Amino acid sequence: MKFDIYDFSSFTNSIDKGLMANMSPFWAVTIEMIIIGVAILGFYAVVGLYLVYAERKICAFMQCRVGPNRVGPYGFFQTIADLIKLLLKELIPIKNADKILFNIAPFIVIIASFMAIAAIPFAKGLHALDFNIGVFYVMAVSSMGVIGILIAGWSSNNKYSLIGAMRSGAQIVSYELSVGLSLITIVILAGSLQFSTIVEGQRNGWFIFTGHIPAIIAFLVFLVASTAETNRGPFDLAEAESELTAGFHTEYSGIKFAFFFLAEYMNMFIVASIAATVFLGGWMPFHIGGWEAFNGIMDFIPPFVWYVGKTAFVIFLMMWFKWTFPRLRIDQLLTLEWKYLLPINLFNIILMAFIVLMGWHF
Amino acid sequence: MTSEKIQPLLEEQEFSINMGPQHPSTHGVLRLMLKLQGEMVREVKPQLGYIHRGIEKMCEKLTYPQIIHLTDRLDYLSAHILNEAVCLNVEKALEIEIPDRVKYIRTILDELNRIASHQLWWCAFGMDLGALTTFFYGLRDREKILDIFEETCGARLLLSYNVPGGLMFDIHPNFQKRTKEFLKYFRKKLPEYDALLTGNPIMQQRTIGIGYFSKEDAINFGLSGPSGRASGFSCDVRVHHPYSGYPFAKFNEILFTEGDTFHRYKARIAEMWESMNIIEQLIDNIPEGDFAVKMKPVIKLPEGEYYQRVEAARGEFGVYIVSDGNKTPFRMKFRSPNFCNLAALHKMSVDHKIADLVAISGSLDLIVPDMDR
Repeated sequence: MKFDIYDFSSFTNSIDKGLMANMSPFWAVTIEMIIIGVAILGFYAVVGLYLVYAERKICAFMQCRVGPNRVGPYGFFQTIADLIKLLLKELIPIKNADKILFNIAPFIVIIASFMAIAAIPFAKGLHALDFNIGVFYVMAVSSMGVIGILIAGWSSNNKYSLIGAMRSGAQIVSYELSVGLSLITIVILAGSLQFSTIVEGQRNGWFIFTGHIPAIIAFLVFLVASTAETNRGPFDLAEAESELTAGFHTEYSGIKFAFFFLAEYMNMFIVASIAATVFLGGWMPFHIGGWEAFNGIMDFIPPFVWYVGKTAFVIFLMMWFKWTFPRLRIDQLLTLEWKYLLPINLFNIILMAFIVLMGWHF
Repeated sequence: MTSEKIQPLLEEQEFSINMGPQHPSTHGVLRLMLKLQGEMVREVKPQLGYIHRGIEKMCEKLTYPQIIHLTDRLDYLSAHILNEAVCLNVEKALEIEIPDRVKYIRTILDELNRIASHQLWWCAFGMDLGALTTFFYGLRDREKILDIFEETCGARLLLSYNVPGGLMFDIHPNFQKRTKEFLKYFRKKLPEYDALLTGNPIMQQRTIGIGYFSKEDAINFGLSGPSGRASGFSCDVRVHHPYSGYPFAKFNEILFTEGDTFHRYKARIAEMWESMNIIEQLIDNIPEGDFAVKMKPVIKLPEGEYYQRVEAARGEFGVYIVSDGNKTPFRMKFRSPNFCNLAALHKMSVDHKIADLVAISGSLDLIVPDMDR
């Protein structure tokens, strides 16, 4: 059964055809790229702002508070007001800072997360960049952000920043491994690195169900490792507030700080999207192989809603443990990765390969 | 490059850093000069003086009822206990017998104040470890105690409810009812603290075995209060030198022998339970009577030296008065628990990581205005 009423590819193709018919291919492609860039930029800003709002509301409910409730209904425009404030704030120049690196750092961080968002399939056909090494590309691009953090810590001429940046470097280099290996576990099951193929492969059930034990282990490892990779609590050692004041972005103010802040939230969104896409079926509705009527009903819910719902669920999980757990110490953090997650992961890959080989998955 | 050139470079790897006076986890204006080697703390040098007000010198110009209001400004979280220390000292010097009613009420308020103080400490300790939600759970419950204080004497933090000879006025008719309501409420809420933080494996990893302090060291450094008792130093003034209403109540001294950060934490949690026991024993038995003894309008202490110690929320607080027979003291000295506890910080946290230093200083529950009078 296939309902393609929600397929975006006919819409995107018609735009492409219309542009191609009216102008030379060069200009058509240029205009398409501009449209995609602007669309993603707008999406990026809106999602970033509303993730901040969501985090503030969620943590407020967990902490017996109300959260923002003054600007707009339920404080809905609070983060927009905050953004305006940050835009208007003075950018404080730091004495003896490395000026060039200091100014470049926030852009590197934000560009890295901006590039990663391009490869995420939001719905059927709504996909800016779908090439055959999608998973690999996202991994590579999202790890670029640490360079920005290191540069920020180094160039600020502040010892707290430097300690924060060094911690962040050690942390991200370690946890990158677990993120990559847990994704590879699923790549073995899917047989492809391309996001669209991975999502299509979950037509008869999401990988977390079809891959049963190793897939669930991989999902849990991915959740822990990706939280660490995005520098969020309980692994927020790079900006450990009670130890390092604000870590690597201590010296940043105004919109440059906002860039770091936005990038942090968008990185969370990106890893949640990848978790949703790879483990929970992305935009694919909840299907059970063979139950055609049930699958047909599920297909009526638009794919974009499925995608947003799953991503929101993963984001909520990440926020939940940020606001519950204390922070780890740096040596405990590295112990967790190298002594526990990595061996579990390697074993898990072998287990998954064995299961795929024997055909014991659903 | 020659080896002479490399040598100073390697030494330079130990770098110094200022933690404070404005830092999220120094709880005020404490400045710690740290020597770090990477993440490892090699030296902690506390620097005081950022909130020095010369309170002991100011006391020489003030009468005894006025001095009470200055003691509020030392350890502001156990204001009532500190007020009481001055009152007890003056009463002892004048050899006044205080009605039992006053003793009961003072003790109940002492213990409420101790619970409130430990609640705020729990909030801040969670924050130091990075668990941000504790802050609001603690403050939520502390609010109930502050409401009781507000109804009793109008103030929420700096009570100044004690006067030499008794209390400023009688308790509110609702006092007993509300206190019992609070106990009932808090007996349900305190297990939540354990569920949120005490049992958390990350929290236990961060604190067990960290910042060990032996009993000998605790005695040598004059560590007192829950921090000292976690090291096995039996130093509870309420038990060893009972004052006010403590002889009327039966309670245990909380003692641990482990002496690490986790047991300093547990000592405070256990003290909250014990404080609730004390209040429960006293609250129904407040005797009828006067709330104060009639005092002369101008209080003059006879010539001599007087010392009174009480158990504040953070340890032993002492008031030493030298009187020359005037209405103001000739010399005044406070023995503040935090100043002694701070001295132990270096020995506890040397060769630990920065994150441990934060946890250790959190477990000592330092209040800066108390060290830096």
